[in-house]
Amino acid sequence: MKILVCISKTPDTTAKIAFTDNNTKFDANGVQWIVNPWDEWFALVRAIELKEADPGVTLHLLTVGEADADPIIRKALALGGDEAIRINAAPTESQFVAHQIATLVKEGNYDLILTGKETIDHNGSTVGGLIAGETELPFISLATKLERQGNTLTITREVEGGQEVCEVEFPVVVSAQKGMAEARIPNMRGIMAARTKPLRVIEPAETISYTETLQFELPAPKSGVKLIAPDQVEELVRLLHEEAKVI
Amino acid sequence: MSILVYIDIANGKIKKSTHEVISYGADLAAATGDQLIGVAIGSCQDQLQELGSFGLQEVIQLGKEIERNAPAETDAWAIASLAIEKKATTLLFSHSLGGKLLAPLTAARLKAGIVSGVISLPDLSNGFSVKRSVFSGKAFAKIAIKTAVRVLTINPNSYSVKQTGGVATLITAALTTPSTRIRTKNIENTAGALSLTEAGIVVSAGRGLKGPENWGMVEELAGELNAALACSRPVADAHWRPHHEHVGQTGVAIAPNLYVAIGISGAIQHLAGVNRSKVIVVINKDPEAPFFKAADYGIVGDAFEVVPQLTAAIKKVKTS
Repeated sequence: MKILVCISKTPDTTAKIAFTDNNTKFDANGVQWIVNPWDEWFALVRAIELKEADPGVTLHLLTVGEADADPIIRKALALGGDEAIRINAAPTESQFVAHQIATLVKEGNYDLILTGKETIDHNGSTVGGLIAGETELPFISLATKLERQGNTLTITREVEGGQEVCEVEFPVVVSAQKGMAEARIPNMRGIMAARTKPLRVIEPAETISYTETLQFELPAPKSGVKLIAPDQVEELVRLLHEEAKVI
Repeated sequence: MSILVYIDIANGKIKKSTHEVISYGADLAAATGDQLIGVAIGSCQDQLQELGSFGLQEVIQLGKEIERNAPAETDAWAIASLAIEKKATTLLFSHSLGGKLLAPLTAARLKAGIVSGVISLPDLSNGFSVKRSVFSGKAFAKIAIKTAVRVLTINPNSYSVKQTGGVATLITAALTTPSTRIRTKNIENTAGALSLTEAGIVVSAGRGLKGPENWGMVEELAGELNAALACSRPVADAHWRPHHEHVGQTGVAIAPNLYVAIGISGAIQHLAGVNRSKVIVVINKDPEAPFFKAADYGIVGDAFEVVPQLTAAIKKVKTS
C-alpha cells in the first residue's frame, strides 16, 4: 500500500494576523509556522498508524511550497513517513495546489491520498475534492474514521445530522478531520531520523491561473464588552431583544 | 445564460442554508440578468416549487425516486452536465457538508474557478470578485475569479433570506451519473434536529460546568432560545459531550446571530471557530477570562446561578 499525505505550512494558531503592501500580502514578520493541524493531527497520524500496523506501507509526505517550507515538511517527517516531496512553487491558490498534487498522484500510483479537511489560514476545504475531480478518483470528504482490510477501506464520514459508513477499494482521496486519530508529539529519535530522510524537490506542472487574491481586510474591532450585573439578567434579555435584535 | 443553485437536501428536507443561497443567487441574477435555476437531486418531502418564493425561476429535480440521507460524490457529474446544458456562468452551493463535497468536484469537472466560504455579493465593477472569510474568521480576502464559469460556496448565516413570492417551474429528469466504487453501508443519525452550522442561536458550555451531569440547565436555556448546543474542546475530549458539538479551530466553525458561551475561558483556538458570530454573550465567573475581550455582552458571575435565571427571564419575555 502506498499512501500520500498532503501537508500545508500555516501560521501558528496564535499568530497575529496582519497584512503589508497595501493589504495585499500576509505579514509574515515574526510569525511562527507550523504544519497545518488538520493535516498533521488527523491525516498524517492516521497514515502513520496504518504504516505501524503494516510495515509494507510506503508513506510519502507532500507539500507545495518554496524552500521555506522545508523545515515544516521535516517537522512532519519527524512524526513519521518514509520520504517527503516538495513541489517547488508558492501555493498561490487552491486550484494550483490541487493541480500539482493531482499531477503527482497520476504518476505515483498511490492507493490512498489523504488531506486535512482545510487549512487554518485559507479555510477553503476544496483541495481534496479538486484532486479527486482532476484524477477522477473517488472522494470521501470529512472522514472521522478510517480502517483498512487488505485493499478495502471502511471510512466513516460526517454527513448532515449524522455519520455515514462506507467502503471503498484503493485508490481513493480522503479528507480527514477530528476523530481520525489523536495528535502526537514527535520524539527525539523521530526528529533525528527526519534530518536524513529523503526530501525530493520537483518543479511544478504548468497550469492556468483561476483566481487571484486582490486584497485582505481585517474585521472592524469589537466596540468592547457591555457588562451586566449577574442579578440583572432581565437587562441582558432586554438588550439582546431591543439593542442587538437577536432574540 | 444562467446561475445554477444547488438545492441541498438532507434526510428528505431542504436545508435552511439553501434559502440563503437562493436569495444570494436572486440578487446576483438581478445584477447580471441571468436566469436563476435550482438543481435538486433525489427525493424531497418539501415542495420544491415553493422555492420560487425565494427567487428561483425553475427547479430541475434529478432522480426524484432516489431516497437517501446525504448527497453522493457522483452528483457532481450531473450538476456539471446540467451547468453546461444551461450555459451556467455561476454555480452556487452552501458552504455546508454537502457543498464542501460537491463544489470542488463540480469545479474540477468544469475547470471553473472556485471560491469557498463567500460572505457577500460579488463586485462586478471590474470582472468578478468576491469576499471570503480567511484565517479562521480573523480576516477577509477579496478574490477575483478569472475563469468564464465560476463556483462559489456561501457561508451559512452570512446572507439574509428574502422571500418575494412566486412559484418555480418544476422539471423532473433522470439522474445520470457514472458508477462509483464507494458503497454506503449505513447512516447513523447522531446530531439534534437543529444543524449547528445553520442555527441562528448557539448555546455553548465549557469546563466551567464541572461535569456532564450539569448540562441540564444549558439544554433548558437552548430549548428556550430554540438554539443548537455546542461545547469547547476540553469538554468534547473528556467525553462530557459528543465530538460533533465541539466548536473551535479543530471542531466546527460557526457564525450564528447569537453565540452564548457559558464557562468557556475563550482560548484563541476556541475563538477561531466562533469569532464570526454576530453577537457574543459570555457568562464566566472569572473577570479575567479572555473571552470577555471578544464579547459584546458579558456577565461576570456563577453560571449555576446566572443560567437558570436567564432561562426564566427569557421564558417570561416570551409569555408576556
